[in-house]
Amino acid sequence: MEKLKSLSDFFSQHKALVDQTDPNKPMIVVCGGTGCIALGAVSVHQAFKEAIQRLGLTDEVTLKSTGCHGFCEKGPAVVIHPDRFFYPGVTPEDVTEILERTVMAGEAIERLAYIDPASGKKITYEYDVPFYAGQERNVFQYNGKIDPVDIEDYISHGGYCGFAKVLDEYKPEEVIETVIKAGLRGRGGGGFPVGLKWKFCHEAEGDKKYIICNADEGDPGAFMDRSLLEGTPHSVMEGMLIAGYAIGASTGIIYVRAEYPLAVSNTAKAIELARKVNLLGGNILGSGFSFDIEIRQGAGAFVCGEETALIESIEGQRGMPRPRPPFPAVAGYHGRPTNINNVETFANVPLIINKGADWYSSIGTEKSTGTKIFALAGTVANTGLVEVPMGATLRHIVFDIGGGIPDGKKFKAAQLGGPSGGCLPTQHLDCEIDYDSLQSIGAMMGSGGLIVMDETNCMVDVAKYFLQFVQAESCGKCTPCRIGTREMLDMLEKICDGKGQPGDLEELEKLANDVNSASLCGLGQTAPNPVLSTLKNFRAEYEAHINDKRCPAGACEALLTYFILETCVGCGACVRVCPVNAIEGDKKQRHIIEPGLCIKCGQCFNICKFNAVSKDGKEHAAI
Amino acid sequence: MTVLELLGSMGKVTPGDLIPILQEVQNQYGYLPQGVLLEISEHTIIPASRIYGVATFYEQFHLEPRGKHIIKCCRGTACHVRGGSTLIKDIKNELGIDEGETTEDLQFTFETVACLGTCALAPVMMVDDKYYGKMDAKKVKTLIAELRSAVKETA
Repeated sequence: MEKLKSLSDFFSQHKALVDQTDPNKPMIVVCGGTGCIALGAVSVHQAFKEAIQRLGLTDEVTLKSTGCHGFCEKGPAVVIHPDRFFYPGVTPEDVTEILERTVMAGEAIERLAYIDPASGKKITYEYDVPFYAGQERNVFQYNGKIDPVDIEDYISHGGYCGFAKVLDEYKPEEVIETVIKAGLRGRGGGGFPVGLKWKFCHEAEGDKKYIICNADEGDPGAFMDRSLLEGTPHSVMEGMLIAGYAIGASTGIIYVRAEYPLAVSNTAKAIELARKVNLLGGNILGSGFSFDIEIRQGAGAFVCGEETALIESIEGQRGMPRPRPPFPAVAGYHGRPTNINNVETFANVPLIINKGADWYSSIGTEKSTGTKIFALAGTVANTGLVEVPMGATLRHIVFDIGGGIPDGKKFKAAQLGGPSGGCLPTQHLDCEIDYDSLQSIGAMMGSGGLIVMDETNCMVDVAKYFLQFVQAESCGKCTPCRIGTREMLDMLEKICDGKGQPGDLEELEKLANDVNSASLCGLGQTAPNPVLSTLKNFRAEYEAHINDKRCPAGACEALLTYFILETCVGCGACVRVCPVNAIEGDKKQRHIIEPGLCIKCGQCFNICKFNAVSKDGKEHAAI
Repeated sequence: MTVLELLGSMGKVTPGDLIPILQEVQNQYGYLPQGVLLEISEHTIIPASRIYGVATFYEQFHLEPRGKHIIKCCRGTACHVRGGSTLIKDIKNELGIDEGETTEDLQFTFETVACLGTCALAPVMMVDDKYYGKMDAKKVKTLIAELRSAVKETA
């Protein structure tokens, strides 16, 4: 594509690209997200490439490796357009058959079809797969359709049209009004109204202003930002351009985790291409507006997701939060007005401009508009990325889309919002999830990590896990967070080790409230949430650890005693996996575990097909 | 590459570029050697104390030499609820080293990270740039045996 000199250049180029696209041409899409790559997507893509050449189909078939399709559990995922045949778990051996039968003859291959775990039925088309059927993919619309870095592909699907429309028709103030009217709230955690944040920065005095895209996605269990940057970096950049125009900024910085190499390289390539065609740089499309984007890689510190710590880090300092006010909108990067939003937030912006504030605010709930992407993981059948309108219920996400809990186990809790969030028990399954409803029941949207837990997950252990995380990531600047979370962790470790005493829970609650009210930044203020929410919803489980020295879920090692039950058939499977030779017994006879030797690794429990290993040292049905 | 060449290759550097400078040094040397940090301090007028402060703040930076292969295990929530802590123990057992340590032959370094962002494949580990998902004790054993024999072959 040539350098675009003016807006009319852009619009005619867009039209030409749309006209060139033949929607009926067969297209093979191989998911190229990190999950599918880990499961072998690169060799599947390569096999398709070779087979297409070998069969002489180069002109008839388009082959694409796209961003993450979200259904990571079933990778490598392949979709055949225009009919949208869906094949999960494809191997290089399958590709010739797919080409000959599905692509050329339009026939479904039964043996490769997806089997819905809930109904046991085979499903042919992508839109019928319950995982996708229950979603509304707006922000994610490009993932699975376009080549992530190819700017022409993006423009032919309506990309950069929102930005061009803004340059053509909107004053900066009108952009801000539109975003306020749409009701978009920050997708990174707090849910602050985005338009308002832009307005503050627009009104702040400064010779230079900055836009920062927070891609330091550190919440364990959240990976939607990675997926967006990997799969559709141009839409994030388009959102930044629109924000830059609205605020009057000329520089954008994407602060991305170094742990996301594919996101870094795809974004870098996308920036390069946008510069080439004059969608980034000086005097963009001849409009007089100049804006450029650079990438800064994080160096591994969770606290840098906090906006003032992030600014410190970009300035080359230890990433320690600053007291607010002044807010970054007034004095941020190098003391200048700076607007920070996260990846998903920016990716929402072009949608608002293209389809209008009224359309946008018609999705979701009254006070939380639009869709939200959740990273569904943990003990759930269909893990992956799920985009649903705000206000969807937990039940819809976990059961209709997620396919429920595998292995016949029961839903126990969903952890939302990472280390800042809370654990929601069964009674909240029908709660409509939005920013405010979550806050009212002691959880938090956070960045949208949603970890499902079953009856074998111990809530005290989960609380301890999050405190370990927060304690390790606390920057150490303020005492309540540095020492308070350490004290809380010590108490939880004591309880999990069976050394808890009456009164501990009251003490823990008091300390949690102190850390919450006295910490400097969001990390410390919200650190007690996992403890407070589990104390509220699963207090009996804490009490069992303290009063009965028992872990009802069978997860806290110190409280377990492995024991072989009468139902043992003497198959010897446990003897073979035991790493310390602690199990003995004759063939076809009940085996015995020597407690002095047992290191409680749990391998015997996992391997036993007869549920004959118990974890509480007692003779009864296994847990 | 000398320190001056390295700094030169980055264009005009300011104290604000300290993190990219350290990332580049680590790319070159595999870790942050003390002598190199002192030299950077001299050339950039960033106090050595500040360099040390930044280098020790971020998990990515290492002041000691590391193994040829980096094995990372995720301790994120999704991995934790699918047996991630057992996986960490299994890897330690197989390698015979603790978290953050390097094997004596300087072949393997074992680290845990907060989250690898590949939660759908939990529990997950990574060897250099490659992800390994849905791991268990048996798969760890096989994988590390394979890595060991690959090391022997190249030696």
